[in-house]
This record gives sequence, structure tokens and C-alpha cells, in this order.
Amino acid sequence: MINEVTNRRYFLKKMAAASAMTAAAALFPGIIFAEEQIRDVNISANLKWDKAPCRFCGVGCGVLIGTENGKAIAVKGDPNSSVNKGLCCVKGYHQTICMYAKDRLTKPLVKKNGKYIETSMEEALDLVASKMKETIEKHGKDSVAMYTSGQSTIPEGYVASKFMKGAIGTNNLDCNARLCMASAVTGFLTTFGADEPMGCYEDIDHADVFITWGNNMAEMHPVLFSRMLDQRLKRNVKIIDFATRTTRSSMASDKSILFNPQTDLAVANAIAYEIINNGWMNNEFVNEHCNFSKGLTNIGYGTEDKFKFKDEPEKINFESYKEFLNDYTPEKVSKLSGVSVKDIKYLANLYGDANKKVVSFWCMGMNQHTRGTWINNLVYNIHLLTGKISQPGNGPFSLTGQPSACGTAREVGTFTHKLPHGVVMNEKHREHAAKIWKVPVERIPSKPTYHATEMFRALDRGDIKFIWTQVTNPMVSLPKVSRYTKGAEKPDRFVVVSDVFPTPTSDVADVILPAAWHIEKNGMYGNSERRTQYWNKMVEPPGEAMADAWQTIEVARRMGYGDLFPYSKEKHEEEIYNEYRLHHKGKKHNMAPLEVLKTQAGAMWPFVDGKETKWRYNAKYDPACDNGKKFHFYGKKDGKAIIWQRPYEAPAESPDKDYPFWLNTGRVIEHWHTGSMTRRIPVLHQAMPHSYVELHPDDAQKYDISNGQKVKVISRRGTTILPASINERGLPTKGQVFVPFFDENMMINDVTLDAFCPISKEPDYKKCAVKIEKV
Amino acid sequence: MPIKSYLAHPHDGKYKELLSELSNITECDIIPSKNEEIAIIITDTKDDLEDQNLQIVINSIKSLKMLSMVSGFETNQ
Repeated sequence: MINEVTNRRYFLKKMAAASAMTAAAALFPGIIFAEEQIRDVNISANLKWDKAPCRFCGVGCGVLIGTENGKAIAVKGDPNSSVNKGLCCVKGYHQTICMYAKDRLTKPLVKKNGKYIETSMEEALDLVASKMKETIEKHGKDSVAMYTSGQSTIPEGYVASKFMKGAIGTNNLDCNARLCMASAVTGFLTTFGADEPMGCYEDIDHADVFITWGNNMAEMHPVLFSRMLDQRLKRNVKIIDFATRTTRSSMASDKSILFNPQTDLAVANAIAYEIINNGWMNNEFVNEHCNFSKGLTNIGYGTEDKFKFKDEPEKINFESYKEFLNDYTPEKVSKLSGVSVKDIKYLANLYGDANKKVVSFWCMGMNQHTRGTWINNLVYNIHLLTGKISQPGNGPFSLTGQPSACGTAREVGTFTHKLPHGVVMNEKHREHAAKIWKVPVERIPSKPTYHATEMFRALDRGDIKFIWTQVTNPMVSLPKVSRYTKGAEKPDRFVVVSDVFPTPTSDVADVILPAAWHIEKNGMYGNSERRTQYWNKMVEPPGEAMADAWQTIEVARRMGYGDLFPYSKEKHEEEIYNEYRLHHKGKKHNMAPLEVLKTQAGAMWPFVDGKETKWRYNAKYDPACDNGKKFHFYGKKDGKAIIWQRPYEAPAESPDKDYPFWLNTGRVIEHWHTGSMTRRIPVLHQAMPHSYVELHPDDAQKYDISNGQKVKVISRRGTTILPASINERGLPTKGQVFVPFFDENMMINDVTLDAFCPISKEPDYKKCAVKIEKV
Repeated sequence: MPIKSYLAHPHDGKYKELLSELSNITECDIIPSKNEEIAIIITDTKDDLEDQNLQIVINSIKSLKMLSMVSGFETNQ
């Protein structure tokens, strides 16, 4: 009894400490409480510390993980990492705790007569291989699919691509980075002809002004936000939060500017208008390094199955671009956007001031957008017009959401249209991949098939009969998810799920393969600043849990593709990485050798002559520049970046009489995406035990709703019930509600709309119409 | 039997002094930040009276600029 009381009080004290740590993290992102982490640890014990990138988010903080007797028991920020300089956020600190959750998947499970039966890994892999083979024989190679992740390691993504495209010969491979980063990719490709940011986090140490576009960095990228706050203390830099909702980032910024959903397109054009009409344009830079183009307009939203769109770029001249901008005067845009003329001019002035270095940061607000590619283009326009790009402290910076959205999804290329180097549509790129993979080039199909949303629509329709998901939880994260859950449950579909924990996705699986966690295998991730980071396996996976890459290899071998996967179990990650590097050989994308990655906290590509590249396209820093000019946008044949004429277009669905509220969804600092890991970390779960719906106080009063009362959020797709949150963490504008998506018990993605950017195919989770009812 | 947590902010340049004074209070667990001048205090007292008295003691510390309560748990055990 005494022991029980002691344990209970101890537990409550831990909860109290967790609450305080979370609050402190909100005030001081990146704050460190080392004692809390090592309270239960005998610090004189023989802890072994090893480096790794953090498992959560795309910042890619370096962490040191302490292990003892085969168990990970402590985490601290790596002071040698230039990313976080020893800082860590609350998720990072507690990340290893979930490895020891009681419901960890340790044995393969096969569904028989509606019940899951434990089996051996050998039998489970046999079954997966035979089902995949049988499906291909019956329905063709495009009836099978893999859906992977921006949390897959580089070797995991690489073997998935080689397996699907090089071995089976289908482009039915896509990944969850389609849901978070695809618009950034198409933005980069259309403007620069090459993916990923030109700058790096060191920009934070040089910039005078930070403008965050729809990006709650204090919660989503807390360590980077902390670095910005640190610069404000040291150098009095300015942080401007430009968003649709008031968040912790807004409160900590120097100025918060709110805009009506979707009108960031118009405001970006208004800023360009002001830059040109006030004579702030960098004429020399624009003349030397930029072209102007326009594309199709009224491009649709993709809500219908089998939606197709192909842009038709057309070159224009500066004068016609300038004339186009006349529709975007600050006065006109103010009426549409709700942003005052004064604030539009203020933003334009910051960008236009030749004496100020400006960094623009963004993430999901601009990417999860039915015109995601366009808004990415438009922010690049601002930086190109002013020449504030590819220099220390000057640049547009698209942040990623997942730890290897860049390294795996984008660089390895686990999208339907991608290859490790280039795209399937390009014959030379197919030949390049086929040569390294040692497969006939004809085996790699030249046409992309299904992007994420369409892949699960195809599963629902029956065009796809077999799907294998790894390291992701689509039955929580897809928009309008109830359709896809029902589709996956149809009787002649076969679903394989590789994961660490049971999730709503594994609930619809026919076979569940237990996966090794992050530090239970060797691996590499690539973060938002092109930094590739390596870590060693530190502890053994439990039971029969196995690295996803090795699962793929085992299945490929069983299907007769063993000659393409000649790797050894012990060293497969290293062997795969060395093969993968061949795809990117050359000054534009050379990856650092593994020996380098083993000894330091990562390296940024292009890694040339033993040096990483901090600022791409700038001849002073980038060895790939060879046009004899100061800047060389070598992704484009003529070496020039494109300033795009892109208009404002309305979202797919807007509030109306029947559904009078905007629904905006997103994340919270305590939880990582769908919460499958962080909700198994008691301190984080206790700090944020369930989701909620944020309401503006006036709306709450109108509906007679008080804090904590249950509210039904209803759209044309579905409903969910959540407790109200009024004047707590965030403050939506009047007529808007906000719901975090981490909680599988309050499934907000039953409510969201599967409209997407027609160019990137990335869904818009930030805008649809709902009504609310007090329950 | 209340358990509460607070954020304790020191006056400028008084962080070490604050930590030292707090560490002398037996009913308090202190979790100092490693990189910011802020500390978490967890209090564990027998009853409300003792809790109130403890708050008076903490608030009388001269190096303490501000004490913000974050959470409170009432327990009978």
C-alpha cells in the first residue's frame, strides 16, 4: 500500500513537471531541462552515448542517445550539431520512451476469419510475397502499390523505389510526403528546375528580418524558432508572423498580421506590385538571372477521381507581368485579404529595403493549399525581384515536416513520378537509374501513376488490389479518410502494414509486420537544409521486429528479384547508401561519403571536394555554378530562374449559409503528426491528452459554448465531436475553427476535403467549410 | 495533499541565487533549465494550509521575480 501511494504521488509529480516543461517550452522554444531526463538514471552508470538525428520533424536536430544494458534511457541535444547547437524540444527529449510502450508490435500478425493470429516473420513475409505475386499475375503489375514515408530512412526509401520501379516495373509508389511537401517540390522545380532550399539554417544567424508565411514555428519547428528568438536578443532582428490564426508564434513575434484563408496568393502579388512600383526591384539581378512565365488558370481542385492536369507554361515579358500586377494593388488586395493597406506596404517595404536581409519561412500553410505550387512560386518571385536569394541571411526557406521528407521522399524519390535522380518521364533519367540498378530500361515505366490521394481512391475503386504501407498512418492522415478506410476494408483488397505500433491503418491490414524503430537499425535521414545525417543501430529491436528496408528486401527475394538486392543483413544500410550515391554523382548533388557522415553531425549536399555547400546557385559558395556569373540557377537550361505570373484563385470550398465556418487543421508541439508515437509517451500524452476545437470567443458566445464543452464539427463529408477550446493555446479568427489532427479518437480527417493542388497533388488541409453544433 | 508545478523567473543576474535558495526548501523539487534562466518548481505538501505557507516562503525569496503556477493536483493519497 505504501508503495502504491508513493508511486501515485511520484506519477503526479512527473505529470506536474511535464506540464511545466511544456509551458516553459512555449515561452522558450528549445529550452533544456536535462535533470528531468536523467532523474531516474544513475548518472554514474556506464551510459553509452551515440549521435543520431531526432526521430521527429524536419528540422533534423542532432541528439545524443544514452543506452545502458541494451536499453535507450536518456536523450540530450547534441552540442556538436550545427542544427540545434545542443537544444532540443519536448518531443525530442522524450522520443525514446515510446520504444518501450506496452503495445509495441513485436510479432507479425495475420488476419484470419476477422482475427489477428501471431505468426513467424518468415511465414508473414512468405505470405506478403505470394499475395503480391498472385495479384500481379491476376490483375497486372499496376494492381500492386507501396505507400511509404518521409520518415522512412534513405535505405528504406531506396529499396522501395528499386523494388517497385526497377524490379516489378510499376510506378505505383508514393509516400506521405505528398501530403506535406509536394507543393514545395513543384514550387522549386517550376521556379528553379531543381528541388530543395538554396540556403541553410545558418541564414538565421545573418538575416535582419524573418517573415513566416502560415507557419507556427514556435510549435512545429521550436528549435529553429528558438534560434530566431536568440538572434532577436543579440541583434534585434524582426520576426513577422503572417498567418490565418493567432498562435504561440504570433504572440512571440514582433508583429502578427492575419489574412483571410487563401488570400496569401493575392498578398504576395501585392508585395511584388509594391516592389516594382516603388523602384525597389533589383534590375541587375532580374535582367541577368530571371525569366518571366505564366501558366494555365482556373486549374481545378482534383476532388473528382482520375482528375488530370498538365500546366502549359508560356514565356511572357516583364511589361506584361507588371500589367498583370495592376490587379493586385494594396488597396484592392486589402479588401480581399483583410490585411490593411498599411501592413501590405509594411511587408513590401521589408522585402524591398536593400539594406535588410530577409528570410521567408514556410511549411504546411503554403504547401497544404489548393494553389500550393503557385504560392511557393509567388514567394520566390518576391526574393527574385529583390535579388534576396542564395546569400547568407537572404532567401526563401521552405521547411519540411518530416525527418527525411527531403532525404528520402524527395532525394531518393519515393513519389510515383520520381527516380533517385530525375523523373520517370525523362528517358535519360530512366537509363541512368536502370544502369545502376542493372535492369532493362524498358522495365521502368515512363508514365507516373497514382499520387497519394488517387492511390487510395484507386484502392477504393479496386484498380489497386494490394497495398503495402511502411512508416506511415494514412487512415488518420488522409483527407476525407473515411472513404479510404472503407476502401481498404473491401473484401478483395490485401493490405500490408509495417509499423512499430498498432494504428487505425494496421486495423485495416491483412498482414501487420512489426518494424524496428529509428535507433534499432542503422540509418540516414536528410533534413530541411539538405543535411544528410547518419546514425548507428544502438539497441536491438524487440521480438521479431525488423527494419523496413530488410522487410522489402526479403519480399523482393521471395518474388525472384534476389539478384537486384545482393545486400547483407548486417551491412545493408551501408551497401545501399553507397549504391544510392551513384545516382547523385556530380557537382550539383553529390552526397557525402558514409565515412564522413559517421564522424560528424551530418553534411549538406552538394558535397564536393570534401566540402558541403551552404548556399546553392551562388558562385561564391556553390562549385556547380559554371556560367561565369555571380549566380547560376543551373536547374534551368539557360541558368535563369522563373518569375511566375500566378493569380489569386478561390479555394475549393468556402464558408456559406449552411456551413458558415472555415476549418483549419494542424499540429501541436506535444504530438508528432498522427500521434502514434507521441501519444505513447506518457509525459506528452498527459500534457495534451486529446484533441480540441479552437473557437473565437465571439463565436463561442453566439453558440453558447464554453471551454471544454463538446462541439460537433460537421462538413459535407463527415463529423467529429471535440471539446471546445476558447482563448487557450491559439485563437482562430472569427468565423474559423481550428482542430489538431493527432487524435485518432477525434478524427478530424473524416471532416476535411480531399481537394488538392493540381500541379503538386498535395491536399489542402487548411480550408474547407464546416458548421458547428453544441452537443 | 496538493502537488503543484510552477515556473520560477529570477531577477536579472540572480538565477544561481534563486536556485540556491529554492534548494533549501524541502517541500520543493527543482528542475533548473540548462539554457534559459528559468526553473520548474514542483511542490508536494500535506494539506492546503501547508501549501499556502509554502507559497509565502517561496514568494519571499528576494531573487524571485515571478512565480507562475502551471498545474495543480489534489490528491487524497
